[in-house]
Amino acid sequence: MIELTNNPIDIPRLLERAQQPAAGAVVFFLGITRQFTAGRETAELAYEAYHEMAESELAKLEAEARSRWPLVECMIVHRLGVVPLAEPSVAIAASSPHRHDAFEAARWLIDTLKESVPIWKQERWTTGAAEWVHPDKAQILSPENARTVSP
Amino acid sequence: MKLAVKLFAAARDLAGRGEVEVEACPGADVAELRELLAEQLPQLAALARRSLIAVNAEYAADNKPIAEGDELALIPPVSGG
Repeated sequence: MIELTNNPIDIPRLLERAQQPAAGAVVFFLGITRQFTAGRETAELAYEAYHEMAESELAKLEAEARSRWPLVECMIVHRLGVVPLAEPSVAIAASSPHRHDAFEAARWLIDTLKESVPIWKQERWTTGAAEWVHPDKAQILSPENARTVSP
Repeated sequence: MKLAVKLFAAARDLAGRGEVEVEACPGADVAELRELLAEQLPQLAALARRSLIAVNAEYAADNKPIAEGDELALIPPVSGG
C-alpha cells in the first residue's frame, strides 16, 4: 500500500494493518522532522511532490520489495505540505514471516525512496529563511540502478 | 515544436512559475531539452544541469526522443523522506 497525504500520518492504522497472522515480524520506520541540522535550527519542513509520478515510483518500490522479500504487508506513506518538528513525514512498514526480511526490506525501501521518488523538502529555518533541499550527491542517472542495489 | 515543462521545488521558485514553455526542434531528445531550459531560463541553468527529466511521469535517459504532447517535467535532485 502506498499513499501520499496532506494529513498527519495515522500510525496506529498502519501498525494494525501490518500485524497479520502470516507475519512473524513487523519493522516500522518513521522519518520525522529534526530540529537541528549542522547547527542550524529548523522551524518546520514543507514537502512537495510531482504527485502522479511520486505515486507511480512508490508503487514500483512496493512491487520490487515484494518481489525481493517475502512480505506480508508493505506500506509506504509520505506526508506532503508542512510537517512540524518531531512529526513524521514518512512511514514505512514491512512485515514478513521472519524478521531478517522485514528489516532488509524496510531499510531498502527508505533508502531507495530518498534517492528516486520525486518528492522535495524545504527547510524552513527559525531565522525565517527557507531553502529547498537538492542534494549535491551525484543524482542517479538511471533510477533503475537505485532499485537494483544489493540490500 | 512547443514543449511545456513542469517545474518543482527550487526550479519552480527560480522560474517564478510551475510550468514553462520551450521551443524545441522536432526530434529533440532529453539532453537537448535540458540544455534549452538552461539557455532560455539562465536563472535555472545550474540546477537544470544536475536535474533529471521525466517524460510521461517516468525518468528518461538523455537520448530519449521527445514528442509533441509528451508530459515533461524537470526533476531536480530529490529530497523526500
